[in-house]
Amino acid sequence: METETTEHTEGSGRRRFLEVLLGSSLAASVVSVLYPILQFVLPPRAAELDADTVVAAKADELAPNSAKIFRFGNRPGILIRSADGSYRAFSATCTHLDCTVQYRKRESDIWCACHNGVYDLQGRNVSGPPPRPLEAYDVHVRGDEIVVARQQKA
Amino acid sequence: MRKLAARLYAWLDLRLNLDDLIAPLRHKTVPVHYFSFWYYLGGMTLFLFLVQIGTGILLLLYYRPSPGEAFESVQFIMTKVRFGWLIRGLHAWAANLLIFTAVLHMFSTFFLKAYRAPRELTWMSGCVSLFLFLCFGFSGYLLPWNELAFFATKVGTEMAAAVPLIGHWLLVFLRGGEEVTGATLTRFFGFHVAVLPGITLLFLAIHLGLIQRQGISVPPGMDRAMHGLAYLRKHDPEAARTWMEAAGSPEMREMRFFPNFFLRELMAWYVALGVLATLAAFDPWELGVKADAFAPTPAGIHPEWYFLAVFQSLKLLPAKLLWIEGEQFGLLVFSAAALAWLLVPFIDRNPEGRSGRILKVVGVAVVLYLTGMTVWGWLG
Repeated sequence: METETTEHTEGSGRRRFLEVLLGSSLAASVVSVLYPILQFVLPPRAAELDADTVVAAKADELAPNSAKIFRFGNRPGILIRSADGSYRAFSATCTHLDCTVQYRKRESDIWCACHNGVYDLQGRNVSGPPPRPLEAYDVHVRGDEIVVARQQKA
Repeated sequence: MRKLAARLYAWLDLRLNLDDLIAPLRHKTVPVHYFSFWYYLGGMTLFLFLVQIGTGILLLLYYRPSPGEAFESVQFIMTKVRFGWLIRGLHAWAANLLIFTAVLHMFSTFFLKAYRAPRELTWMSGCVSLFLFLCFGFSGYLLPWNELAFFATKVGTEMAAAVPLIGHWLLVFLRGGEEVTGATLTRFFGFHVAVLPGITLLFLAIHLGLIQRQGISVPPGMDRAMHGLAYLRKHDPEAARTWMEAAGSPEMREMRFFPNFFLRELMAWYVALGVLATLAAFDPWELGVKADAFAPTPAGIHPEWYFLAVFQSLKLLPAKLLWIEGEQFGLLVFSAAALAWLLVPFIDRNPEGRSGRILKVVGVAVVLYLTGMTVWGWLG
């Protein structure tokens, strides 16, 4: 049985042209398969649930020297009522490794249980591994609602 | 580049003895004849199956198999994930095309009598694979957790209850309880992505291994002619030469698997990819309405086209036939027919004689019946 290829020399123009044509078509096919796959694999940016303000609690919900975790968009926030009755709010995501922090009554500080990171009531990282302070939020009391707002970056 | 490839090959060859592995491929040939066209359907089915594995794995990155999240996650794939509509469209369309090509492949091997000895096991492993593909279709249909899927699954699993003795047990096994609930979804998900792929890969390996081992079948008449020619050439070369000159060189009746057939096969795959991509791009698969167990079944509900023939037949049966329920009677007949179909190589004792002729007529009748019922169900 004869092979079907004809005996053109490698460099012949017509053959070269066909090789380029075939090669680029194959490359285009491969790209048109791989590109959608690559795009699909990378997840779309999760919608930041239009979270600039949120009602974090009712006015009578928190006793002095206590705190609660609230949903801020799709991340947790922490609302603290200090012993003097004033409110403050921070992102509850520890700046170290993304654990969720909690309020400690006795020490009146913010503590991350994962690696013993401690923040003071201004959200500053005072001991342990956290590299940065917690993001602080503005707190407004509107009627009987405690509204937490992202601080406007000026 | 070429030099590098050659060196890489030499390196691997030294360690794996690739030459020995490739040698059979070099000598493998594929018969060429008037019906060669049909050979490509099996390959196309394989290609579509590979597409299913690829797109299926991609969908797994986002899909969530729970009743609270399944519909939403598919919605997310369709609307938010880049090319999500395309990947899901490919998966859904390839599923349908795959069953279509598999059915055509089955009937072509049936009418070309490729199932005759020694290829009985190839036929049977192929039949089982088709059955598994149908199971894939049925289980996958539920996963988006939409209204149509929910009720189709209710009806489909309810049928299992008609099986004598173990019917109820089977229903509970399939549904993960008495009703179609989230438990059913979890179960079907497991079947669809773990159990069925495992079993199917096994049967496809058997199927393809047998084809590799036995070579590709040729229709009976041609088979005889080739054997006759070989005999003639051995005993009367002169007559063989005269015959060959008259008939056109019969040695042209084979082509090498690699690269000749392989490249043609590749082109068939390209055609399949083209058809698939066109369908997926221009007719994206719908998502429908989220399933609600307490909503009434929507009007005009019907299963996927590949179940329509059975669906339509069951619809036509009276409530009671002989001493059993009509539905039970219908399923009994279909099961018996499927079993007979699986055993065709053993029923057709003489493919070129009487049984062969009868089976050809039966085959035509089966094709007409299934096509007719499907069209009727589609229109009805």
